[in-house]
Amino acid sequence: MAPVSRGFHGRRRPVEDPSRVPPGQYVTGDFPVLSAGPTPRTPLTDWTFAISGAIDEPVSWSWEEFTALPAQTVTVDIPCVTKWSKLDTSWKGVAVDTLLEGVTTAADFLTAWCDGGYTTNLALEDVRDGKAWVAYQYGDEPLASEHGGPVRLLVPHLYFWKSAKWVRGLTLTFDDEPGFWETYGYHNHGDPWLEQRYQGD
Amino acid sequence: MRDVIDETPRCRSIVLDPPAWPGHRAGQHLDVRLTAEDGYQAQRSYSIASAPEDDGLVLTVERLDDGEVSPYLADELRPGDELEMRGPIGGYFVWEDSDGGPVMLVAGGSGIVPFRAMLRHWAAGDRAVAPRLLYSSRTAVDLIYREELMHLADSDGVDVRFTLTREPPGAWTGHRGRVDRHLLADVSWPPEDRPLVFVCGPSAFVETVAQGLVDTGHQPSRIRTERFGPTGT
Repeated sequence: MAPVSRGFHGRRRPVEDPSRVPPGQYVTGDFPVLSAGPTPRTPLTDWTFAISGAIDEPVSWSWEEFTALPAQTVTVDIPCVTKWSKLDTSWKGVAVDTLLEGVTTAADFLTAWCDGGYTTNLALEDVRDGKAWVAYQYGDEPLASEHGGPVRLLVPHLYFWKSAKWVRGLTLTFDDEPGFWETYGYHNHGDPWLEQRYQGD
Repeated sequence: MRDVIDETPRCRSIVLDPPAWPGHRAGQHLDVRLTAEDGYQAQRSYSIASAPEDDGLVLTVERLDDGEVSPYLADELRPGDELEMRGPIGGYFVWEDSDGGPVMLVAGGSGIVPFRAMLRHWAAGDRAVAPRLLYSSRTAVDLIYREELMHLADSDGVDVRFTLTREPPGAWTGHRGRVDRHLLADVSWPPEDRPLVFVCGPSAFVETVAQGLVDTGHQPSRIRTERFGPTGT
């Protein structure tokens, strides 16, 4: 039981459906930006998206090819480990299921790698079966570079650092290899409903 | 909580004596969690303002008008109160003496807080290369740690530059206006020296400064950023 903070009453904002807000999160209408370094700006003519690693035939798409893939529009809630949650965010992108169609692999994990050097690790089961997308549109607009454009990973059931900005590819791996924040003290899995914020949670 | 220090009209430092603190590195932050009598909780992250070798753990909190935790910390918390916290957190936006130099720090507003920890850590170490600091603030009275920073400049050779974006006409003779490429180039080491650059402040400030550094030849991998506050969607 946490100690009571003398004189603290909170400034509670009514939330329509508290069951949608993971423990320790507050709802914001803003879309805060967090990043560890400068915003990369890769020209679309140089841009590709690749699936590589433990697969028989690596796959790669140009920007034209990628945006011609079957896309989905999804509306999801997103939780950031810094405590904010944003509800009903709308995205358009390619389901990771679509990208993995025809890919044969014995791998159980992947590393998402990005322009700027960021990486994050995920279990394949966390990005399959309609749980993850590579998104290039936010609302009705192309995804802004500050928010990860031209494309970012979208894995809304995990803390948002797993939804890597400026993602350029997925490397399939046999072993679970901690990514950037996972190496710097954040939780390896990042389930917001279990409050897996930091190592040891 | 041991003590409070009013830094500026909007910022207050709180000095804590954690019963069990594993130690931290300059630049790290911690989580504060408040609990109301009915069990309602709110938690936020705050940068640590004290150096690892300092006596007492210091947070400097800017009071946000629509905030939930910062007004409590800045207005309500009194010496003797207990505060539930967790940390230290974060291992990237960190400078240690062993990292050496040259180091460039660029702060916007309360983005100065983690840099105070780094500067005090530098001053307590072997002082190989004096850091450079560029600090953008609204007005002169909003400058946090002004006296301490001036002392570092006068006595310890730290290159400290302030720039004010909303200071009324008057006595201020330093820089005015937002940080731009010209000012960055003027204050920073040349990119060839491969300085490690830390940028901390409101999101739009960090975006502009980091982009300006990249555009003037600094390697993106040598630029570490920490952002706070909302942005538009």
